[in-house]
Amino acid sequence: MKQKSIVVLLMMAATCMPAAHAADIAGEIADLRAAIQEMQRDYESRISELEDRLANAEQLASGAQRDASEAFDIAEQTAIDQSSGATAANTFNPSLGAVLSGRYANFDQGWEEIPGFQPAGEIGTGEPGFALGEAEINLKANVDDKYFGNLTFAIADEEGEVEVELEEAWVQTTGLPAGFTVSGGRMFSAAGYINGFHRHTDDFVDRPLPYQAFFGGQYRVDGVRARWIAPTPILFELGAELNWGSGFPAGGEPGSSPGAHTLFTKLGGDVGASHSWQLGLSWLSADADERGDGPGAFSGDSELALVDFVWKWAPQGSSAQRNFKLQGEYFSREESGTFDSIAYDGDQTGWYLQGVWQFAPMWRVGLRHERVDADSGPLLVGTVLEDPGRSSSRNSVMFDWSASEYSRLRLQYTNDRVLSDTDSQWLLQYIMSLGAHGAHAF
Amino acid sequence: MKKISVFLLLSLAPLSADAIEVFACEPEWASLVAEIAGDKATVTVATTAFQDPHRLQAKPSLIAAVRRADLVICTGADLEIGWLPLLLRRAGNPGIQVGKPGNFMAADHVRKLELPKLVDRSQGDIHPQGNPHVHLDPRNIRRIGAGLAKRLGEIDPANVAHYDARSKSFEDSWNRATMDWERRAANLAGLRLVSNHRSFSYLAAWLELEIVATLEPKPGIPASGTQLAALLEQLSPNPPVAVIRTPYANERPSKWLSDQLDIPEIELPYTIGGSDNVTNLFELFEVSIAMLQEPVQ
Repeated sequence: MKQKSIVVLLMMAATCMPAAHAADIAGEIADLRAAIQEMQRDYESRISELEDRLANAEQLASGAQRDASEAFDIAEQTAIDQSSGATAANTFNPSLGAVLSGRYANFDQGWEEIPGFQPAGEIGTGEPGFALGEAEINLKANVDDKYFGNLTFAIADEEGEVEVELEEAWVQTTGLPAGFTVSGGRMFSAAGYINGFHRHTDDFVDRPLPYQAFFGGQYRVDGVRARWIAPTPILFELGAELNWGSGFPAGGEPGSSPGAHTLFTKLGGDVGASHSWQLGLSWLSADADERGDGPGAFSGDSELALVDFVWKWAPQGSSAQRNFKLQGEYFSREESGTFDSIAYDGDQTGWYLQGVWQFAPMWRVGLRHERVDADSGPLLVGTVLEDPGRSSSRNSVMFDWSASEYSRLRLQYTNDRVLSDTDSQWLLQYIMSLGAHGAHAF
Repeated sequence: MKKISVFLLLSLAPLSADAIEVFACEPEWASLVAEIAGDKATVTVATTAFQDPHRLQAKPSLIAAVRRADLVICTGADLEIGWLPLLLRRAGNPGIQVGKPGNFMAADHVRKLELPKLVDRSQGDIHPQGNPHVHLDPRNIRRIGAGLAKRLGEIDPANVAHYDARSKSFEDSWNRATMDWERRAANLAGLRLVSNHRSFSYLAAWLELEIVATLEPKPGIPASGTQLAALLEQLSPNPPVAVIRTPYANERPSKWLSDQLDIPEIELPYTIGGSDNVTNLFELFEVSIAMLQEPVQ
């Protein structure tokens, strides 16, 4: 209000000026000066008020900035802590994974035993049609700072009866120095190349024939294993296993001394960025005592030598787009003792060679040849060990598609000559894994 | 081919009698060790820029290398989940097991981006701990470098002063370089890009780049033809400036999209050795920024 009246006064002064009397002018100037001084005082006080407010605001702002940067630091630290280290929600639960599989098979002539070989374990073609595979459940974790533990059980439907099988139950040291590890429990033997792998990681629907003939599919050890890795630039590993269990080709009642032992060595390395290789030599020696649950039992000494190799190629080591894997294993076994009270001295050999080519992301094609031979001598005619006088062999081609690391669909054709007649077999398989991320073993 | 010379077993430092042995999962960490340890460490690196660090296998050569290592330095955050646990178990080396000083996980020292809200495999190969490609933000390198220097001192107490001094001088030149990069890359803020996989999230967060889409519909799952066509349609009205990818990514979908949209396709080095002129961490950022400037010029 005050400003308005002053402005009006100034305007009046300005308009009246030319007509006003000189004496009045001096008084009016004094009035105006007073008015202006009042204005100045007024504005000065308002400016100083504003300055105070500004200083106040600046102080608040710098305080707020300090708080904000502190808050940022706290938030940053919290975010780091929360997103670091082991997964919080299940820190002490073991990692849990399950594998589901099944297959459809179309063939005329299945088999449950290989001529000339004593049958054992899970071998053969199974029945045609749809068959549910084993549902496998795996638990693993560090036990403490010295041990790692692993448990795998398989649930299978055996002719209407649901059976739970203990596949693996082992503990292993992680705290031993100088390249040593010791494991104990039930485990897949380190002999050979694919013996150490679960079947769902195989590149073909079924295990190679020599694995079925010599190991009943897979050689399992109930006992202890020690392995040592040399401090060399390439992998050089030595190991030994003692087996008290009845995993084929061992067998019989458990005693105080182990029924079988294994010695193995593995060598491996890289050639440039694109090639990796591994070579293995194993020796398995078993004392069998009334081995076998089928017709006939073997007692005596079983000595098996096994050579395995694998070579992998991927352009510049990048396997995601394209890669190739070539692997082969050679088995030679001598058994001497008695079979059904008949003196038995047999030589058996077997091998397989397979190549798998990933030609595009997700897509692979593979070829496999496998063959086993038995020479049991003339005394065993009429038993399962009767020499068939020919090799049992198969040729397979497979084609698979993996939508992700966790699923696989596979089509396989096998030209089967295990029995005397050739059979054409078509197999369709799915393998899916849930839960814990699978291991990328070499 | 010079690329071939980036061997799997690459010694970055000369062998000396008292040097500690370091196993690095990725080249960026091998380079960081070289910056901080100098000739006090001999480094073996498991992967090259041409290998997807997630897809590696626990190869015999790596088992042998971890067996000999005093320090294992990896990204962590599940990037090496498929092969590192296996290597640690096979190696027979107590000093580098989880929780021991010889086990250094870089991602544990920084804040992770893209923590998934839904941890389910239907979302692809996601990492519950967040995006593990942490090294493409230089501020993360600084934090990790400081942590590494401390750790080296724990493992090799005789050389604490050496690690401290080198760490300080690295941090100084790194901070200067970071400011310089930030100044020179200021014009890249808001740059619209398409990436193959979420490999460049940290670079984007740092430089405020805008990754408008990834070619993979879900992490680790390659796009199908239909999905690529849909992406093309989505991007056509307002095309991004370029398609970027890592040296190990499949180049075909990136090239296809860049052809269709008529925009450049850039293979960023991603890590040390990703291009011939990237031999250390400084050059990694130097070259990456220069390459991103090209389509802008």
